[in-house]
Amino acid sequence: MKFILRRLAFYAVAAWVALTLNFFIPRAMPGNAVEAIMSKFPNLQPSAYRALEAMLGVGHPGSLWNQYLAYLDDVVHLNFGTDVMEYPAQVSTLLAQTIPWTLTLVGTATVIAFFVGTGLGIVAGWRHGGWLERGLPGLMFLQAMPYFFLALILIELLAVRAHLFPIGQGYAGGLVPGWHAAFIGSAIYHALLPALTIVITSVAGWMLQMRNVMITTIGEDYVVAAQAKGLRSRRVVFTYAARNALLPQLQGFGLALGFVVSGALIMEIVFSYPGIGLLLLSAVSSDDFPLMQAIFLVITFAVLIANLIVDVLLVAFDPRVRARETA
Amino acid sequence: MNAGEPVLDITDFSVVYRTPLGDVRAVSQVNLALHTGEVVGLAGESGSGKSTLAYAVCRLLRAPALITGGSVIYRGRRVAGPTDVLQLGSHQLQQLRWREIAIVFQSAMNALNPVLNVRDQIVDAIRAHLRLPRRDALEKAGGLLDLVGIPRSRLRSYPHELSGGMRQRVMIAMALAADPEIVIMDEPTTALDVVVQRDILAQIVELKETLGFAILFITHDLSLLLELADRIAVMYAGQLMEVGTAAEIHHEPAHPYSRGLLNSFPSLHGPRRDLAGIPGTPPNLLQPAAGCPFLPRCAYGTDVCRTVDMDLERVASSADPDHLTACPFVLPETPAPGRPRTDAEQELQA
Amino acid sequence: MTAAPPIVAEPPALPAPEVKAQRPGQWRRLPLKAKSGAILLGIFVLAGIIGPEVSPYDPSYQNPAPSLALHPPDAAHLLGTTQSGQDVLSQLLVGIRMTLELAAIVGVVATALSVIVGVTAAFLGGFWDELLSLASNVFLVIPSLPLLIVLLGYLPQKGQLATILVLSGLGWPWGARVIRAQTLTIRSRDFVAAARETGESTWRILAVEIVPNEISLIAANFVNTVLYAIGTSVALAFIGLADLSSWSLGTMLYWAQSQQALELGAWWWFIPPGLAVALIGTALVLLNTGIDELGNPRLRDASHAIRVGGHRQRPADPTPVLHAAPPRSQRTKLGSFVHSFSRSSLLDEGRQP
Repeated sequence: MKFILRRLAFYAVAAWVALTLNFFIPRAMPGNAVEAIMSKFPNLQPSAYRALEAMLGVGHPGSLWNQYLAYLDDVVHLNFGTDVMEYPAQVSTLLAQTIPWTLTLVGTATVIAFFVGTGLGIVAGWRHGGWLERGLPGLMFLQAMPYFFLALILIELLAVRAHLFPIGQGYAGGLVPGWHAAFIGSAIYHALLPALTIVITSVAGWMLQMRNVMITTIGEDYVVAAQAKGLRSRRVVFTYAARNALLPQLQGFGLALGFVVSGALIMEIVFSYPGIGLLLLSAVSSDDFPLMQAIFLVITFAVLIANLIVDVLLVAFDPRVRARETA
Repeated sequence: MNAGEPVLDITDFSVVYRTPLGDVRAVSQVNLALHTGEVVGLAGESGSGKSTLAYAVCRLLRAPALITGGSVIYRGRRVAGPTDVLQLGSHQLQQLRWREIAIVFQSAMNALNPVLNVRDQIVDAIRAHLRLPRRDALEKAGGLLDLVGIPRSRLRSYPHELSGGMRQRVMIAMALAADPEIVIMDEPTTALDVVVQRDILAQIVELKETLGFAILFITHDLSLLLELADRIAVMYAGQLMEVGTAAEIHHEPAHPYSRGLLNSFPSLHGPRRDLAGIPGTPPNLLQPAAGCPFLPRCAYGTDVCRTVDMDLERVASSADPDHLTACPFVLPETPAPGRPRTDAEQELQA
Repeated sequence: MTAAPPIVAEPPALPAPEVKAQRPGQWRRLPLKAKSGAILLGIFVLAGIIGPEVSPYDPSYQNPAPSLALHPPDAAHLLGTTQSGQDVLSQLLVGIRMTLELAAIVGVVATALSVIVGVTAAFLGGFWDELLSLASNVFLVIPSLPLLIVLLGYLPQKGQLATILVLSGLGWPWGARVIRAQTLTIRSRDFVAAARETGESTWRILAVEIVPNEISLIAANFVNTVLYAIGTSVALAFIGLADLSSWSLGTMLYWAQSQQALELGAWWWFIPPGLAVALIGTALVLLNTGIDELGNPRLRDASHAIRVGGHRQRPADPTPVLHAAPPRSQRTKLGSFVHSFSRSSLLDEGRQP
C-alpha cells in the first residue's frame, strides 16, 4: 500500500503543478488576450467579458492569492467557466458531451493495441530472427508515422475509394443520439476506422518495445535456469520470461500514455469524430481560452488516473514492489 | 551400465564462440570422465573455460556458442543405453536435463525467477519430470527444503526475501527435485561469506552420501577441492593441464600451473610459506598460440613447449595410475618454485 | 507522432568501449538499421539544405489561372498544385528545411538541458537531486501536447521561435532522467573514485571521465528529442498553432486539411508532406535502434546468427553442434560451384548430413 500511497502523493503534486500552470499561463503571457477575444467576438455580453477578465487576471479583481483560491475552488466544483464560442454554454457541458466519445474510442483501441502488440512482441522476442523480424522496418515506419497521417491514408483508401467505411463523423447524419440499437450500431460502425488507425500505429510501438525487453530478459540467468530445469518451452516463455518482461513494458505503457492520447486527439480531427479532438480544434481556431485550458486539465487528469491504474497493476504483478511495503 | 564405466564420459570436447572477429576457442579437446557417486573438481581461473564446459554439457550455452567436436556420453541408471547428449533433439534434452543432470548456478539471486515464490519454482522442477499430483509435489517440495535445512514456511517466500545462504540452499534443494544422477555445481559458494560457505559445503557432502549422486564441482578455489573432491581436473585456457586424485594433486602436482595455484592460497595447516601468485594474464583465445598456452607465464617453460601437443599423459612417478598431465617436463626433481630462470632460458622465453 | 519514448525502466548497460574512428571498415560494421537510417536521414537533410534553392517556384506564389488550381501532378508541377495554385513541390522543399531546422535546434537545446539537469542531479545528490527528479517526473507524466497548446495558444506570435522555445521547454525531462541514472552508475565506478582521490576538480571529472562515456546515450537522446520535436511541431501546426503564412510540413497539412483536400481527392497535397514526416521519423527510429544495438548487441537482428543444419538458431535453442561428417550438399553440381564463390559458403561446414 505504501507504494500506492507514494504514487498517489506524486500524482497529487503533478496535478497541483498542472493546475498552477493553468492558472499562471494566461497571466504570464505577453499580449492582451482579452482584447484579442473581444475583437473576434464583438457581440459577447458584458458579463462574458468580466468573466474572461477575471479568468485572465486583467483589471486586478483582488489579490493574486485570492484569485488562486477562487480558481481552485472552481476547479473542484467542475466549474470551468463560460464558453466563448458557444456562449452562453458552460465549458463543462461541452466537455461532458464529448468526453464519452473520446474515452470509448481511445480507451478501447489503446488497450486492444497494447494486448495485441505485447503478445506479438513476446513471440517476436522468443523467435528472434524469425519471419516477424522481416517486418521490423515496416513496423518502425508505422510507428514513426503520425496517427493522423495514417488516418488520412486509410480514409482515402478504404472510405473514399473502397467505400468500406464511412468517411467521418461519429454516427450517421439523420440519427438522434440515444440508447437505441440503430444509433449504437451506427456509432460502432463509424468508430471502426478511427479505432483501426489507432491500433495499427500503436501496435507497432508496443510490439517493438516488448520484443526488445523479451530479448534482454531471455538472456537472464533465470531463463537459462528454467531451461536447465527441463521445463516445457511454453512455461519458460510465459511464466519465466514474459512475466518478467511485462514489468518494464507496463512502465513504458504508463510513460507513453500522454503521447498516445495526444496523438489520438489530433486523429479525431481528421475523422470529424465528435470527441475532444474536434472540440480542441475549434477552441484553438477561435482563441477560446477557457475551453483550451479546461481540455488541458481534463486530459492531464485522465492521464494521471490511467498512470495510477498502471501502478496498481505493477504492484499486483511484482512481488518485489509489494515487499517494499512490508519491509 | 557396468560398474567401471563412467556415468558421464566427455571425449574430445570442443566449444567455440563464433564472433565477427573469429572463433574464440573456449574449450579445446577436453576429456573428462565422471563415475557414479564421485566428486570431480574442475579448477581454473576466470576465463579458463570451466563454466563453458559445464553448461555446454547440457547444451545450455546461448549464441554465439557452438560445439565443434567431441561427444558427451551419458550412462545413467534410468536410460536404456549410452546416450550422446550432443545428438539429442529439444524434447529429449528437456527430459534429460534436471532429471539426469542438474545444475546449481553460481548466483542464486539471478538464477531464481524474481516473480515466483520458492514453492512454485521447486514444484515446476518436480512436475516437469515426475508425474505427481499437485499435493504430492507440494509435499515433496517441503521434504526437499527439510533436506537442506530450511523451514517449510519459506515455501511461500520470494527469492528477494531470502538471505544469500538460504537462496543457495534452495538452489541445491531444487537441483535434487528429480533425483538426478549428476549435479553440476558452478561456483556455488563463491558469492557467500566463509562461514556460510563451510556450512553449505558440509551440507552438500552429506546429501551426496545420502542420495548417491555424482558431483562436478567447478571453482577457482583449488583449496576447496582438496578437501571436497575425489579427483581434480585443472583447466587453463580451455584445455586440461592436469587430472588426478585430490591427494596427488595436493602433494605431488604434476604441472607448473597446478603448482602455481596451490601456492596462491595459504593453508591453515603446515608451516608458513611465502605466497606467490602467478604473474601474467590469461591468453587470447581468439588466436591461440601453438603449443602450451601456459608458456608465457610458466617459470619452467622452454622452447619445446611451443610445439608440444597438449595430450594428457600418465605421470609415471605417481601413485595414482590415472594421474595425467599435459606438461612434458614434469619430473619429481622439478626445481622448487622461485628458482630464478637462467639467462639462457629467459632468452628462449622471449 | 506516435513514437513513444523507448522504455527506460533501468539505465541501459554501459556501451562497449567506443571503436576508435581510425579503424577502417568501421562504417561497414555498423548495424544495418543504423546505416539505412543514416542514409535516409541524409537524403532529407540534403533536400533541406539545397531544396529551397532549387525549388521551381516561390511556394507562396498563387498562380491565378483557375485551371491550375488543385491540379494533379504534371510536367510543370511535379507534385501538383494547391487550392490557390501554389506549387506543392516547392512548398515541400521549403517545408523540409523549416521542419528539420526547427527539430534540430530543439534537439540541441533540449538535449543540452537534459544533460545539464541530469548530470547536476546525479552529482549534487540529496535535496537538489530529489527536486530535479521530481520536476522531471512531473513534466514527464503531464501530457505535453495539451500543455503546449495552451502555451502557444496564448502567445500572440506563433512562429518558429515561439515553437522552438516551448518545445525545448518541455522536451528535456525524459533525457534528464536517463542521463541522471547513467551518471549515477558511472559515478559509483572505480575510475571516478580514483580521479577524485587524485584531486581532479569536479569539472574535469565531468568533462573527461563521465560525459565521454555517455556519448552514445546522449546521441540516442538527441535523436529521440528530434523525433519528438518533429512529431509535436507537425501536430501543433496541423491544428493551426503555428505561423500559418510560413511553409513547414505541418502547415502544409493544416492547409490541406482545412481546404478539404481529402474530400476533393487532391491526394498530391497531403500525401507528400505526411510521407516526408513519416519517412524522416522512420529514419530517426532506425538510427536510434541501430545505436541501441551497438550498445546492446543482443538486440541485433539475427543476420549474424549461426546457421547450423540450414536453419537459424533462435536465442533459446540448445547449443548447436557442428559435426565433422562431410556435408550433404542440397545443391546441384553447378549450384555448388557457383555457391562456392559466395561468402556464405564459409558457413557451410555447419550443414548436417
